Amino acid sequence: MSNQEETPERPEADTRSALGQRSGKEVASSDSKNAIPVTLRVNGKKHDVRIDPRTTLLDCLRENLHLTGSKKGCDHGQCGACTVHINGRRVNSCLCFAAMHEEDEITTVEGIGQPEDLHPVQAAFVACDAYQCGYCTPGQIMSAVALLNEPCGSEDADVKEFMSGNICRCGAYPNIVAAIQRVRQNAKPQKAR
Amino acid sequence: MKTFQLTRASDSAQAIATAAKATTAQQGAEIRFIGGGTTLIDLMKLNVEQPQTLIDINRLPLDKIEALPDGGLTIGAVVRNSDLAYHPLVRKNYAVLSEAILSGASAQLRNMATTAGNLLQRTRCMYFRATDMPCNKREPGSGCAAITGANRSLAILGTSEHCIATNPSDMNVAMAALEATIHVRGIKGERSIPIADFYLLPGNTPQRETVLEPGDLITHVTLPPPAPGNRSLYLKLRDRASYEFALASAAVVVTVADGKLTRARVALGGVGTKPWRSTEAEAELAGQPTTEAVFRRAAEAALRDAKPQSENGFKVELAKRCLMHALKLATQTA
Repeated sequence: MSNQEETPERPEADTRSALGQRSGKEVASSDSKNAIPVTLRVNGKKHDVRIDPRTTLLDCLRENLHLTGSKKGCDHGQCGACTVHINGRRVNSCLCFAAMHEEDEITTVEGIGQPEDLHPVQAAFVACDAYQCGYCTPGQIMSAVALLNEPCGSEDADVKEFMSGNICRCGAYPNIVAAIQRVRQNAKPQKAR
Repeated sequence: MKTFQLTRASDSAQAIATAAKATTAQQGAEIRFIGGGTTLIDLMKLNVEQPQTLIDINRLPLDKIEALPDGGLTIGAVVRNSDLAYHPLVRKNYAVLSEAILSGASAQLRNMATTAGNLLQRTRCMYFRATDMPCNKREPGSGCAAITGANRSLAILGTSEHCIATNPSDMNVAMAALEATIHVRGIKGERSIPIADFYLLPGNTPQRETVLEPGDLITHVTLPPPAPGNRSLYLKLRDRASYEFALASAAVVVTVADGKLTRARVALGGVGTKPWRSTEAEAELAGQPTTEAVFRRAAEAALRDAKPQSENGFKVELAKRCLMHALKLATQTA
């Protein structure tokens, strides 16, 4: 508190290209002298990283593991762009310290579907044109996937209430609600991982 | 954000011994327990809180909700807000608590935030959150920028000339109306604190918000058995339909027999510097018929000492109508 220098919270990005490989064995490290070893399980794969304890789960996913699907909007838990699942429950990854989630199962938008095998929510977002710029979309989709297993009522108003933690500055809300309702009407138990 | 040491508590005693080395458990504490982190990490990013040590208490066995032999309920400190709100016993016996929690924050935040963390939720006063502005709560003696500034969302009850910050929690308003007890373990042992004695008014020490001392760990909260035949509800008024703090809210727990209120518990949110139990309103309701005139008298009593600021005078009438409407809804089918 007293003599600590004020440094940016975001650890220095790994020097490898952000487009580099995502092998689970490599050790991604930040330069901080306070770096600590942390093992995270993300989308079913183990990752060993050395990170400053200040590193949020969001920054660790993006900067250390190069999983850039999760987005940084407000960085204060107000916009939902960073939404991921921890043990199947949706959370704001910008308000989690990565080092506190060593024994947890973390799922990002990269882990729910693939371009050739979209999650039903992803497919519905495409079918319903549920986005404009797309920045909030990964967070919207992760919230929507979690919503399928939550006690959400059947009406559009219920979906709006359950999705209120995800802001869309383009205002694609009507189509987001339509996409979610389409998935809920099409199937009962979902492949919500 | 200032750097810190992150430790994980393996048992409560060790966590308490470590935390007891701090000079305060209030604003600016050097050592902090961390649960969901939804308040603390946010404030650390703003440099409003700068702990040197964080003790992760999420793996402590404080995550249970259990019925008590007397018919009450015990709620562990790290029970997540969403788990509490959706628990069958809470929905059945303490509807006001479920409704209050679900009216606050977002689904993501409720999945993270804990019971103890919500009890200790910090104000959203923008001057508290902006380190370049004066704030007696954040920096005692620096002054209160809110009193002469943007204070539309701030408190009208329990304020002082040093601080008008609102307690932002919805859960705590329901807890106040339900007469919850907060159980704390510290270096001198365990103690049980009625929620009415847990929060401090700002007075001239707004940096002190609760009675907690260094090392004090909230372990659980207990609720008394539900009053037989009671109806309870939470009514929240705000600028947006969802994901917004209350301008005014009311938690009511009432029992009606033969058209008369045999028991009433009332607490207000969004208007007080702490979760605002109103025994004055309760006294006006006790034994009275469920009429609008009675509800109006209760509302007048609850807001009698209101001290509006330059931009929040509307809250006086808003809070009264909020309470009256909550009482009407809670009694009309009882």
